Amino acid sequence: MAIISIRDLIVEYGGRRVLNGLNLDIEPGETMVLLGGSGSGKSTLLRQILGLERAHSGSVFVKGIDITRCSQAELRLVRRSIGVAFQSAALFNSLSVKDNVALALREHTGLAPSIIDLMVWMNLAAVGLAEFGHLHPQELSGGMKKRAAVARALALDPEILVFDEPSAGLDPIVAAELDELILLLKKAFQMTVIVVTHELSSAFRIADRIAMLYNGTFLAVGTKDEMKNAQHPRIRQFLDRVPDKMGKPSEVAASFEKYLRGEEGNL
Amino acid sequence: MATLTESVGRKTLSHLDYVGGLSSQLWAALRAMSASLPIVGNRYRWKASVGQMLQIGVSALPMVGLMAMCSGFILAMQGASELRRFGAMHYVIDLVAVGFTREMGPLLTAIAVSGRSGSAFAAEIGTMSVTEEIDALRVMAFEPVEFVLAPKYLAALIMVPCLTIASDVCGILAGGIFMFFSTHLSPGLYLHYVLTSIQLRDVISGLIKSLAFATIIVHVGCLEGFRVHGGPDAVGRSTTTAVVKSTFLVIVADVIFTAIFYYFTGQH
Repeated sequence: MAIISIRDLIVEYGGRRVLNGLNLDIEPGETMVLLGGSGSGKSTLLRQILGLERAHSGSVFVKGIDITRCSQAELRLVRRSIGVAFQSAALFNSLSVKDNVALALREHTGLAPSIIDLMVWMNLAAVGLAEFGHLHPQELSGGMKKRAAVARALALDPEILVFDEPSAGLDPIVAAELDELILLLKKAFQMTVIVVTHELSSAFRIADRIAMLYNGTFLAVGTKDEMKNAQHPRIRQFLDRVPDKMGKPSEVAASFEKYLRGEEGNL
Repeated sequence: MATLTESVGRKTLSHLDYVGGLSSQLWAALRAMSASLPIVGNRYRWKASVGQMLQIGVSALPMVGLMAMCSGFILAMQGASELRRFGAMHYVIDLVAVGFTREMGPLLTAIAVSGRSGSAFAAEIGTMSVTEEIDALRVMAFEPVEFVLAPKYLAALIMVPCLTIASDVCGILAGGIFMFFSTHLSPGLYLHYVLTSIQLRDVISGLIKSLAFATIIVHVGCLEGFRVHGGPDAVGRSTTTAVVKSTFLVIVADVIFTAIFYYFTGQH
């Protein structure tokens, strides 16, 4: 049985359809990469999976619970089994890295402080930040912040680990390190991993399956090999990094002249 | 005509949406408040509440005190300049004492707290919204209203009335200093006149107002913060809006409460 099931999911913002009847099953223990260009709807889909926004229609089942219709108490229960590393890391700036990781453990478990300290150290060690727990988020580099966010996401030993654009804003070496960390964590903890990204190298390194989003619909869902061999023109364009047709300089100049003469509407 | 009707309708809906947002946030905060209480609540929330009490109350004390002293002098001098002509200088004491306990103390405190803390709440929560910290709280199974707002609300409900009393004392003290230098009225006699002129219901009505003002400041500040979308400029706008709206609503609430006390509790 799928750990996450998305059924006929439609999301609209101010009448504009962002997700258009999506269906997807994510199996326990697999790494699913949601791949797509800017504005394709992948972050919106992620927010739906996390129950952060209301859908127009459709359902998102997480561990059998429809989080679009469940009570707040059920949603909180579901969320305890999900760890999220946000694109901006979203660490609490008023707390040290150690306290960021300890927060959920202190509040949601009845563990003794000494056990919590040990667990915090283990989580920070797992992401290579054992020495930096006393620092505040603003004292960390971009890559370290992302790793600290992973340590926080791991705190409650989640069944599902979610990464939103893990490589965004990182240099290629740090991004590759983060990919290896994701693979290592998956192997060590046997979690279901969902990664939202537009980085091809990262997607093909870590994915078991890839779901390619374009304009709010899935163009294809399949294994890495299936995606590499896909013939859909938009997937090929994305994978082969072919730019959309751009205006030629002469066309731009002509258009500008028309605008100056008032023959075209205001910009 | 259709455009005007549309515009009026849109504005009305927007205001109703705002009032609805404030009401539902207030209800959620009242439900979450028990978690911020000492002993029976969550000790981390209580710790956060104490931190907020220091921010809202203790740090604001010098500013509120100074504002109240200045206003006390102004009220006494303006009153004296007119009352002197009728040989009724002793009414300056009533004016300062009753004016401060009923009106000036709660209002001055609310304006000071709105400027200092209301804007800080909007900026803090707005920044948390922009940096996805509010989303992070939600996905970590925390309720942002309980985690962020309830400690601030509890702290304001305790500290704003305390600041109001401090403001009353400072304002009345300023009146005493003025009377001492202008009429050589001894401090002991001034205190005696003050105690005879103010009644318990004056103090209670001032404190009831201060509780309402604290509620307005916290909820407007926090709602503006929670509604931030976009970048740092949106945080800046929310901060300004929080101060403007909370100050406006404090004055509106003051009129309503004053009217209620005037007509229904015999303050006329």
